[in-house]
Amino acid sequence: MGKRVLLIEDEPNIIEAISFILSRDGYTVHTHEDGTTAMDKLTKQIPDMIILDVMLPGRSGYDILRDVRATDGTKDLPVMMLTARGQTKDRELAERLGATLFLTKPFSNTEVRDHVRRLIGS
Amino acid sequence: MARAPTSRTGSRIRARRLDLGLRQADLAEKAGISPSYLNLIEHDKRRIAGRLLTNIAAALETEPGLLTDGAERAVLDAMQAAAGRWDEGRAEVNRADDLAARYPGWAGLIAAQAARIAALEARAQMLTDRITYDPDLATALHGVISAVTAIRSTAAILTSDEKIDAEWQGRFHRNIHDDAIRLAAESDALVSYFDPPEDGAGVPLSPLEEVEGLLAQTEWHLAALEDNPPHNIAKPQLRKPAQQLFEAWEAVYVRDVEALPMSRLAAAIAEHGYDAWAIAGALDVDLAQVIRRMASLPPAEGRPPLGMVICDAGGFPTMLKEVAGFAFPRGTACPLWPVFTALGQPGRAIVADVVVPGQPETRLKCWAVAREVGVSQMDRPPLLQATMLVLPDPTPGPIPPMPIGVSCRICARSACAARREPSALGAGPNERL
Repeated sequence: MGKRVLLIEDEPNIIEAISFILSRDGYTVHTHEDGTTAMDKLTKQIPDMIILDVMLPGRSGYDILRDVRATDGTKDLPVMMLTARGQTKDRELAERLGATLFLTKPFSNTEVRDHVRRLIGS
Repeated sequence: MARAPTSRTGSRIRARRLDLGLRQADLAEKAGISPSYLNLIEHDKRRIAGRLLTNIAAALETEPGLLTDGAERAVLDAMQAAAGRWDEGRAEVNRADDLAARYPGWAGLIAAQAARIAALEARAQMLTDRITYDPDLATALHGVISAVTAIRSTAAILTSDEKIDAEWQGRFHRNIHDDAIRLAAESDALVSYFDPPEDGAGVPLSPLEEVEGLLAQTEWHLAALEDNPPHNIAKPQLRKPAQQLFEAWEAVYVRDVEALPMSRLAAAIAEHGYDAWAIAGALDVDLAQVIRRMASLPPAEGRPPLGMVICDAGGFPTMLKEVAGFAFPRGTACPLWPVFTALGQPGRAIVADVVVPGQPETRLKCWAVAREVGVSQMDRPPLLQATMLVLPDPTPGPIPPMPIGVSCRICARSACAARREPSALGAGPNERL
């Protein structure tokens, strides 16, 4: 089984596209769409890395990231944040909260795949 | 040296009387005053308002508003505001009345251009706020960018050199189609967001100004809501945010009608005059409701103009009815206005005569009260809202009116302890600054 990526994102077609790209590259992709229950999903089966959208229903990606960094077992996971907002203050907030990477939508498939490869290997 | 403030009401009365071929004695008799008093009025040595003004206007077969300084005062206020906003501050503010009298067209142009600049600046600020803070815009942009992201990723998969089986190809084609439709809808919504209607002067209004503009068409009296049950009011010209504000005002209006029907208010005015505090006490109705009802009186001959402002706890006007002689700036108002005093003393009625600088000075009678709004919460401070009624040119009372300003920038009261910034009208430096 390949390395596990948890994709927390609420746009179904983005989920499908990213899942397809990474699965084809050999990764096992789990997905979750709701911000409120994301930490439950995460702690039940800890992945090798997280791809985390900022604007989620119920709870923001920033709040989830804060919990990830405060929870034993997940605090050292690589986290790649996805957001439609590329303003400096958003990037600074993500970095301050401990994001490993910050990717602004619309991104290319190559960017996503290359970053995942770099963070957790092929 | 500053010239004494002047009023031209008397000059207008004299001119109208001469046009009608009346002698002073004839007009004085019709108005129920002595010829010598009329002589003082005609030479602008006595200011008049209320019933006497109405009587003289009736005797001269004209409207009171055509004899008073209403329109001219508004122009003078606007000219002074324009001078205050001019950083170089070289305007001869003390000669504004001369300019308005000798060249009313040019004065009107200055006033109109100042109003347009102020509206444009307010519009620019509103757009900046909307772009920076508006959650609806953030959501709309997020929708567009998400759709674009999905289309870009999916299209890249379909056009890559790697082989994709037919089932996945079909799914991705459907996804692109769905996202394209969503993108079109999101884009359309975004374009609509930045395409507001414009007012007659070509300056788009804020939602609050839209609502106030619609209310001003009927002098804030909503006849359809006076009935029981109330009728619907068509408001197709309002954009959605303004419609929401208007509907909130309608709900308040209907509650106020239930508490104080117009017939009951009219009877109370006949007994107590336009004294909001006396009426509230006599009818045992909340002062804020009395104020709102008085500001919603239907237009009628001889009825004085009544202004109103409702402020939130931050002092921002959330509803503003301006009338001749009562101008209230949004955001930079003088902190001495009774409406702000009321915010500091919730539940206590404030009744005050004030005088606002200008040429001429304007005397106003104000009734204000602050009430808690919304549902009280144990662990939160009360959310306050202050409501103030304003009657221009009231009958002088025994207590001298309290001097206040419109806003510091255009106020010449240099020794005012409440001053926030130096005046641009050439007043002396303030000790506090």
